[in-house]
Amino acid sequence: MINSILIPGLIIIAQILAIIVPVLISVAFLVYAERKILALIQLRKGPNVVGPFGLLQSFADALKLITKENIIPSNSNKMVFLLAPIITMVLSLAGWAVIPFAPGWVVSDINVGIMYLFAISSLAVYGVIMAGWSSNSKYPFLGALRSAAQMVSYEVSIGFVIITVLLCVGSLNLTKIVEAQETVWFAIPLLPMFIVFFISALAETNRLPFDLPEDESSLVAGFTTEYSSASFVLFFLAEYASMILMSAMTVILFLGGWLPPFDVFPFNILPGIVWFILKIIFILFLFLWVRGTFPRYRYDQLMRLGWKVFLPLSLLWVVLTSGFLVIFNLVP
Amino acid sequence: MIKTLKSFILYELLRGMILTFKYIFKKKVTINYPHEKGPLSPRFRGEHALRRYPNGEERCIACKLCEAVCPAQAITIESETRDDGTRRTTRYDIDMVKCIYCGLCQESCPVDAIVEGPNFEFSTETREELLYNKEKLLENGDKWEYEIAQNIKTDSPYR
Repeated sequence: MINSILIPGLIIIAQILAIIVPVLISVAFLVYAERKILALIQLRKGPNVVGPFGLLQSFADALKLITKENIIPSNSNKMVFLLAPIITMVLSLAGWAVIPFAPGWVVSDINVGIMYLFAISSLAVYGVIMAGWSSNSKYPFLGALRSAAQMVSYEVSIGFVIITVLLCVGSLNLTKIVEAQETVWFAIPLLPMFIVFFISALAETNRLPFDLPEDESSLVAGFTTEYSSASFVLFFLAEYASMILMSAMTVILFLGGWLPPFDVFPFNILPGIVWFILKIIFILFLFLWVRGTFPRYRYDQLMRLGWKVFLPLSLLWVVLTSGFLVIFNLVP
Repeated sequence: MIKTLKSFILYELLRGMILTFKYIFKKKVTINYPHEKGPLSPRFRGEHALRRYPNGEERCIACKLCEAVCPAQAITIESETRDDGTRRTTRYDIDMVKCIYCGLCQESCPVDAIVEGPNFEFSTETREELLYNKEKLLENGDKWEYEIAQNIKTDSPYR
């Protein structure tokens, strides 16, 4: 009786830990990589004191932040104020449940995996809105409003991009999506959609050049203005974890997940997980490279890009792709 | 037409990204500050010092020109005639918190007694430590004499 509950339970917990711990560690190194790459682009050296090449910098920063005092503004709605970072963090980790790292390496192989991912990444906006509203202060509130509008706008075009991919696959299961790219990665036939998806992913994760919700030059720190200590750490971790999640989603949808670029000798000796991680690192590098290159968008430009460029473009591509598939009788 | 096409294939954005990618491999301009330091001009105006003549006699003759010229009124001098008939300061205070490091005191000094040396790392943990008296300034002079003398020598052709 006990064994029939305990053992499966322990296995699930082990699986969860096997994902969450590497994700959190990679978040720490992503922060380091971001600082280092930005520094290199700006002709600086970046962190190089803590540990070899400054590799332990993020851990030092995390320790500093966690040991600080957690200040809760007296006019804030304390319950919601403390709940917001937790929700953001949990949601950014929850998406990992359906990500297939290699053939069969997935915690829950559900049939509507992509829908689940899409839903989870959309829910992330609640954490931001709750943070902005409960802080009871003007900058967080403005940041939260911006974030809500921005994330909703870009979700529409992300939705259409996902539909284009699904038309070519015929399944919502993420493993099936990867397997459908055995012959050619979707990034090649659907290149414009890949670019639209990548740019929307930047907006979805509030990264530069679309980081208006935490635009420091006009909104102090956006929705995180009133947060300090551990609750700020949670927001910070969540932002980077959702960046990695979005990269994983990009890799699965367009870059063939764990598949090697060519299924011939020198490429297929590496196991699938290595290819998956290498591709994620490539997309994350693009995220940071874009941040180092472009200035921040103005808010009306951001909205124009989302609604007047990406939405018609992705809608057109949905029609074109489905027409193409029907005419050449390729519907899966 | 070409312009629309260019913006559609993100031509300019890609050009920008290639530029920043090249910068990743360029030589970095950072100096690892406490271990490496940048070059200083011989005219650098840092921490003050009161100099002495090679025989050990202090240079300052208490003319109070520096006190008069100081725009921040950071210098306070009191003087009296010493037993050998020369006029010397009994008190020479500089409030380093008030000082704006303009260098007018060293310009006005007829005997090159008060100078601003090359030292800029004299931060302290309390404000009181920055209220320098004559003793501290003379000590600075002894400590930095070689550098100060070198700087004055290097700069002299231009004066």
